[in-house]
Amino acid sequence: MLASLDLSVVATSLPYLFGEGMVFTLTLTALAASGGLVLGTGLALLRLSGVPGLTHAAKLYVELMRALPLVLVIFWFYFLVPYLGAWATGAAHPIQVGPFASALVTFTLFEAAYFAEIMRAGIQSIPKGQSAAARALGMSYAQTMRLVVLPQAFRNMLPLLLTQTIVLFQDTSLVYVLSLTDFLGAASKVAQRDGRLVEMYLFAALVYFAVCFAASLLVRRLQTRIAIVR
Amino acid sequence: MTYHWNWGVLFEPSPEGTGTYADMLLSGLAWTVLTALGSWAIAFGLGSVIGVMRTLPSRAANAVGAAYVELFRNVPLLVQMFLWYFVLPELLPERIGAAVKQMPDAPFYTAVLCLGFFTAARVAEQVRAGIRSLPRGQALAGTALGLTVAQTYRFVLLPNAYRIILPPLTSEFLNNLKNTSVALTIGLLELTARARAMQEFSFQVFEAFTAATLLYVAINLVVVAGATLLERRLAVPGGR
Amino acid sequence: MRLKAALLLTLLAAACPPACPGAWAQELTGTLRKVKERGALTLGYRDASVPFSYLDGNQKPVGYAYEICLKVAEAVKTHLKLDRLEVKLNPVTSATRIPLIANGTIDLECGSTTNNADRQRQAAFTNTHFLTATRFVAKKEKGLDKTDDLKGRTVVSTSGTTGIRQINEINAARGLGMRILPAKDHAEAFLMVETGRADAFVMDDVLLAALVAGAKTPEAYAISSEAQSRPEPYAIMLRKDDAPFKAVVDAATAALYTSPEGRALYDRWFTQAIPPRGINLQLPLSEAMRKVLSSPSDSADPAAY
Repeated sequence: MLASLDLSVVATSLPYLFGEGMVFTLTLTALAASGGLVLGTGLALLRLSGVPGLTHAAKLYVELMRALPLVLVIFWFYFLVPYLGAWATGAAHPIQVGPFASALVTFTLFEAAYFAEIMRAGIQSIPKGQSAAARALGMSYAQTMRLVVLPQAFRNMLPLLLTQTIVLFQDTSLVYVLSLTDFLGAASKVAQRDGRLVEMYLFAALVYFAVCFAASLLVRRLQTRIAIVR
Repeated sequence: MTYHWNWGVLFEPSPEGTGTYADMLLSGLAWTVLTALGSWAIAFGLGSVIGVMRTLPSRAANAVGAAYVELFRNVPLLVQMFLWYFVLPELLPERIGAAVKQMPDAPFYTAVLCLGFFTAARVAEQVRAGIRSLPRGQALAGTALGLTVAQTYRFVLLPNAYRIILPPLTSEFLNNLKNTSVALTIGLLELTARARAMQEFSFQVFEAFTAATLLYVAINLVVVAGATLLERRLAVPGGR
Repeated sequence: MRLKAALLLTLLAAACPPACPGAWAQELTGTLRKVKERGALTLGYRDASVPFSYLDGNQKPVGYAYEICLKVAEAVKTHLKLDRLEVKLNPVTSATRIPLIANGTIDLECGSTTNNADRQRQAAFTNTHFLTATRFVAKKEKGLDKTDDLKGRTVVSTSGTTGIRQINEINAARGLGMRILPAKDHAEAFLMVETGRADAFVMDDVLLAALVAGAKTPEAYAISSEAQSRPEPYAIMLRKDDAPFKAVVDAATAALYTSPEGRALYDRWFTQAIPPRGINLQLPLSEAMRKVLSSPSDSADPAAY
């Protein structure tokens, strides 16, 4: 059976698969991971702030996002973001948001909840004595966080953050449900057009596996290095 | 704002003729729960086996276990879903492949298998971590008592390990539950798919998704409450 | 005097876009205003609605409805007296098209969208560009031809279409006990029939004909003789409650359909080889379609055609 695979369809569609699909996937992953990390750190700080309203709001947000399936969240935001935009900018009509921007907003907001939990653990892993010492040196709360706590929390959590980014890379494939052209979307469009499901989906699986496996090996190496430094 | 809210739509009959839109969402919830439980049974069983294999003093068992985990963890779930649904039947001998495809409720069985194998990799990692976290003395004590390796795992290591990893297992269970929604791509009529169908038939996008969101939150709360209860019941007296 | 005033106005208008924004934008509302302000119009296109709106060999959208939209975009550009109008593209599915029109992501939906009374509560439609009835396609060897033959079968349809709604209603009304699977798009639904996952695919007959023509073995499929609906009108979809924009789009489509260009456009997509594989649908202009093109109408009532 495997011998009857038609690999020419894979070969001829390579420029489309990588030039368009993979570029979309990687750009989305990189931007959503950066945005999610910033937002997630913010959420973690809010949650640890001790200010009742803020703590609860951040907790509610994180718990809600983590309770929902990503597919549902993708649908939610695809239809909701233009209305949110209109509300935020005070426009009379829903504002126009392209598919990429919409996907970016979705993944950033969704991943922020997961990054927030990682960063919260990271911040809590720094001994209380350190921030107490910083405050004793006359640093403000912001300075303590920026100069003492966050850099260490970030470094300690780096392997987890990167692992979560690999998960994000895999999860971006779900934009398939919106017919967007990410790597899997591109593969499935070719597969359906040429009736070559077996070849294209096997190839897609192989590529995802190669990328994620290599990345996870790198993360593991990084982990041992960090462990030694500590 | 150009959106017109209409919550009454939930109690209007759906064009499927089997009840209201609310009934439609509830039937979706039932499929979600059924799929989650079915796949969890596979994930828990298979994941435990794989996890144990990775702690055995056998190189081969270790390698097989590690290969399994890497394979199922490094391919997106959606791609795995497509492999099970579209690719596997084509690679089987034609008669068997055709029979698989003709199966009634094929999306359900496919989703259960796919999620079961996918989640098993995650359960395996937790089981391994749980067993590793036990003091070495426990296994040695088992051997000293004359237990076989299988008996040591059955009566000593696993009961302790499962108790330790109950919290991460709960979150894997919830992940598995949420992941059932990916099966809408192969035609499983679970909750998210039903919410989308309701949106298509009634055009009330946000009512449909809000209702689905509330159902997901509710089911999360039920699972978390159940896990807390379970944790209390299983706690070893005098333990941590 | 009046001539002079008119000339002056024209001159003013010509000089306006770069020189005095606001003066023009003030009078515009809704989509026209948005297009004017951004210099861009967004079209929604489909993956696999052959030959209306689909991706060609280079994965670029093409098709009958897509070209109609490009003509409309030109008319909008002329109407707004823009130097250049950027045409943005956004993929849509049957399931996402209506919310995306409503939430402003796309301005025109160029595909195979049935205009019916239900949908008119959510969106507006311009003049009809095609008529099609719902039927089903199945492998010949299954011997399925009438609606009742589907009793107890696994049937697929595209989510968000009138077809899936109609087959659900028929299933309930006649108690046929079908399993109805939703698919994301027409290509995926047809694949379910091709690979034996489903016994039949219920959809607009013209789309089925195009899918069969493009299949690896077209002779292996048959389209049902019994239809599950009357021929219903297809039209380009736009936002509701935006009369000035609809007037421009209606005028543009009416002008196109009644001109020889409209007829040529029809012939180009329905009677000649089309990309990506050069299939020919061989659907010459029928009497009903001749009427659709010669007397443009935006009615949702199938009886009007």
